[in-house]
Amino acid sequence: MTEIPEHLLRRAKEARERLEGGAEGAAGGAPPPETPPPETPPGDEEKIPAHLLDRARSAADQASVAPAAPGGPVAPAAPSAPTGPGGHTQRLLTVVKSGSIQDVKAMPQDRVHVWPHLLLGEFVASLFITAFLLIFSVFVNAPLLELANVNETPNPSKAPWYFLGLQELLTMFHPMVAGVTIPGIALFLLILAPYIDRNKENAPEKRKFAVSLMTVHLMFWAVLVMIGSFFRGPGFNFIFPWNDGLFFDF
Amino acid sequence: MGGQLGGKASDLMGQMQGSQAWVSIFRPGSIFRKGYTDSPRNRSYVIMNSVLYHLHPVKVKRHGVRVSYTLCLGGLSFFLFILLTVTGIFLMFFYRPTAAQAWDDIYILQTEVAFGLLVRNIHRWGAHLMVLTVFLHMARVFYHGAYKPPREFNWVIGVILLTLTLLLSFTGYLLPWDQLALWAVTVGTNMMGFTPVFGDQVRFVLLSGVEIGTDTLLRWYVLHVLMLPFVLIIFLAVHFWRVRKDGGISGPL
Repeated sequence: MTEIPEHLLRRAKEARERLEGGAEGAAGGAPPPETPPPETPPGDEEKIPAHLLDRARSAADQASVAPAAPGGPVAPAAPSAPTGPGGHTQRLLTVVKSGSIQDVKAMPQDRVHVWPHLLLGEFVASLFITAFLLIFSVFVNAPLLELANVNETPNPSKAPWYFLGLQELLTMFHPMVAGVTIPGIALFLLILAPYIDRNKENAPEKRKFAVSLMTVHLMFWAVLVMIGSFFRGPGFNFIFPWNDGLFFDF
Repeated sequence: MGGQLGGKASDLMGQMQGSQAWVSIFRPGSIFRKGYTDSPRNRSYVIMNSVLYHLHPVKVKRHGVRVSYTLCLGGLSFFLFILLTVTGIFLMFFYRPTAAQAWDDIYILQTEVAFGLLVRNIHRWGAHLMVLTVFLHMARVFYHGAYKPPREFNWVIGVILLTLTLLLSFTGYLLPWDQLALWAVTVGTNMMGFTPVFGDQVRFVLLSGVEIGTDTLLRWYVLHVLMLPFVLIIFLAVHFWRVRKDGGISGPL
């Protein structure tokens, strides 16, 4: 997905050509003159600060000289009439340089169009998972054991696989600790993770403690679930599945 | 002959595209009105003029479309949720949540309904897969440090979504009403019965009685097909909305 969109390539090429063409044409050209000042009608002179008037006059002098520069861009002619489109007088009050009042913090980011770059990927991913599920479901049937019977307890009785870690803890702790306290605290800490971890870094090498803690936590549950699923037989006693067979339904 | 047919077809197409229904579905600027040629403007219109604009912005950070960054896990979880909703609706047509009928309904669904077994299999394996993808999505987000400001609240919603996913899967576990379902749920609810102070009440509310029976089945059925999906969709909406409000996907590392 790292290809550069063709319209960007095209635009870059055009810009390069323009630059090369311009470099030949405008060699030794004078920089474009400042904003052409309007000629102030004499009646208004007392309202305009003296330094602006000075600046306007000197700029007007420059503008009259500029057309003589060889190959330089022609300065727009100073307006002949002092009035604008609606008959209003246009005045240059001040020039605000860029950056003097605006402080742009956001840097432009490298972005791509969601269509097609992201949507195609998502579409292909959903196709893959659908195909996988369909093929898996054709060959492997969901379990349907005999009708539920309250009087006949299967041995072993197991919870769904994602709760088998908790059931495994039941063999070690009092049910209140294993079934409620430990998972409750784990869930609570998980929710609070962003408020506990105040480290601002994202790179794994700068947050080794958080990464190792989470890995230990995830491995803890994964190992418990594995043991509960595959290594527990009748009476929830420890077995080896390659000796005693599987006691696990999905 | 062919030219006539083609002319009629294009007439019909023109009439359809001029109709009130077409014009109200495909808004001005839609590619279904003006045709699509590949340009930045049209690429933007594809998203802006469709319901997708609620999910995706027009542009995303370049690193965000790399499969190796997200592994598509969040999107796949959402897709599996849609797949489970569709297959679940199909299953609802053939299922009655009472102790006397539930098992027989599933059995008949598997043996006599066209594609019944296949759809049930997809629903079951898809549910297990969704638990897995949601879990892996959480791990991915943690390892990228994506739960850090400004995304800390979205992490909280994500953990709630994980819990809801587990509950949805667990409530669905009882519905076939076979030995596996009954005893898995017995083990699970017994565990929850050890909640301090009001353990017995928690168990009573969950089972709709003192022991598992036909009332439990009805309760878990309503939870599974209506209440939990409803709550999940609300949290999903907030989850997706926050992804965009927090400046899109995290990173790059």
